[in-house]
Amino acid sequence: MTRTASLLLIVACAAAMVAAPFFVYPAMLSKILCFALFACAFNLLVGYTGLLSFGHAMFYGGSAYITAYTIQSMGLPLEIGILSGVAAASLLGLGVGLLSIRRQGIYLTMITLAIAQMLFFFFLEAPFTGGEDGIQGVARGKLFGVVPLGSDRAVYFFVLCVFALGFFAVYRTVHSPFGQILRAIRENEARATSLGYDVQRFKLLAFVISAGLSGLAGGMKVIVFGMVSLTDVHWTTSGDVVLMALIGGIGTIAGPVLGAGVIITMQHYLAGLGEWVLAVQGGIFILLVTFMRRGLVGEVVHLLRKRRIEAGSS
Amino acid sequence: MEAIFGVPLPIIVGQMLLGLINGATYAMLSLGLAVIFGMLSVINFAHGAQYMVGAFVAWMLLNYLGLGFWPALLIAPLVVAGLGMVIERLFLRRLYNDDHLYGMLLTFGVALVIEGVFRYRFGSTGQAYPNPMPGGVDLGFMFLPHYRVFIIFASLAVCLGTWFLIERTRLGSYLRASTENALLVRTFGINVPRLLTLTYAAGVGLAALAGVFAAPIQNVSPLMGANVIITVFAVVVIGGMGSILGSIVTGFMLGVIEGLAKVFYPQASATVIFLIMAIVLLFRPAGLFGQVK
Repeated sequence: MTRTASLLLIVACAAAMVAAPFFVYPAMLSKILCFALFACAFNLLVGYTGLLSFGHAMFYGGSAYITAYTIQSMGLPLEIGILSGVAAASLLGLGVGLLSIRRQGIYLTMITLAIAQMLFFFFLEAPFTGGEDGIQGVARGKLFGVVPLGSDRAVYFFVLCVFALGFFAVYRTVHSPFGQILRAIRENEARATSLGYDVQRFKLLAFVISAGLSGLAGGMKVIVFGMVSLTDVHWTTSGDVVLMALIGGIGTIAGPVLGAGVIITMQHYLAGLGEWVLAVQGGIFILLVTFMRRGLVGEVVHLLRKRRIEAGSS
Repeated sequence: MEAIFGVPLPIIVGQMLLGLINGATYAMLSLGLAVIFGMLSVINFAHGAQYMVGAFVAWMLLNYLGLGFWPALLIAPLVVAGLGMVIERLFLRRLYNDDHLYGMLLTFGVALVIEGVFRYRFGSTGQAYPNPMPGGVDLGFMFLPHYRVFIIFASLAVCLGTWFLIERTRLGSYLRASTENALLVRTFGINVPRLLTLTYAAGVGLAALAGVFAAPIQNVSPLMGANVIITVFAVVVIGGMGSILGSIVTGFMLGVIEGLAKVFYPQASATVIFLIMAIVLLFRPAGLFGQVK
């Protein structure tokens, strides 16, 4: 794709995102954006560093709990709430990262899943989380004490701004020298080590950034829905985000955003089918792994690249 | 009445017994995971779902066909092993040369499909399964149900039988050799792809057997698999997947520790295995029985 074409595509996407809430239910769009940011953060770890975490809900949901608690029980403004959530998620990411990067590959996946399960029980039992009920009715208040966030559409634009910032942060991270080193680790860890990079430190930093941004997504979720519950820290949420990244394309910048859109829309329209949603999602997993591992965006990129190579050789 | 730290002895022994039973489940499941991983390089995320299906097949045999516990002990693992063969032939086979993570993602999908279907059909509440061995022994200070004693010894026998099969028989030597170098074993004229199918079938059959064992003790519920598989992953991280005996010992040991936690500090009983995992990762990252590669 040429530079102008990709620039046009970005402008078109941005325009569509600004116009969307005037045509589609804004709360669902906000939810998509929260999960899109979450999936982008997750993708930073799995797609660009090669670490598959199966416990990312702990950062997303954990931050949501902290955000809801600071706003509702401590009565602090929403900016402080979101920032506390992000800080807590980053700290948690530091701890979990330190533990899990001691093993590699599938072991790392199992460790993150196990730690997330432990935290699920913690949030179930801890005195401040409301147990099975979660924390409900978190008031949105006013942004910076001025902008009222009463309507769903106002919230959508706030979430859109935060999403754009988060997306840009991921983009910059991936396209920086730091991101290059992460990809080098993904491709060949031993070689990265032999080039003199402290692989463990880079992995850990990627873990913390990914956890922090997942936390940001969790905090936004609280602002949008005014509530947090055990579902947000459950392993099914971790599974959802894996599926979003996979369906859009692991290791592509735009893939997770598209994946979040597809999955949230699907969950919304299939909600009436109840437990079948689980089976449908499982079926999508199987089909993607078997037939379309690059994901939707990944396949398009692959096709374009192939065509360019063919055009070049002829 | 005798007591330790103010807790009456019968309660402690009772919880240790329950712990051993849970430990037997952990041991049988982690054993199956380890055998499958050793041969196929796939972490079978569907293991918990297959354990749940095992329990449900036993329940269905009883309620639809009137077949009791003892026939179910044989039929349920065979049914689940058959389903496992289909999964291996259709899907897993394509993934052997790829990154291990894809096997995990695929089997996660399989687990979701199985769990979704059973939750749709049976809801989230459990179905009761009658105790096949009512009665027990009165030890004077506590009552010891027959079935609980049976299940512990039966699981132990299954685990040791599996160990014997792998470490001491010709078939086991083929398996171990294929784990080391599948291509070389194939050049000796051994049908390795069939061996892989059979290994996966045997591993998930073991999970189904554990499910049948568990059916009379807990409610047969579509959720039972998802809960247990995550704990078993922690068990596998603690024990390391390098050693068969290691898996068995770790499984039983963690079951007992979990049982004791229920007595002395109930709040931690759900998390104690995960805490042990964290400590083991700090001091012995490769696991208690694992080798650093």
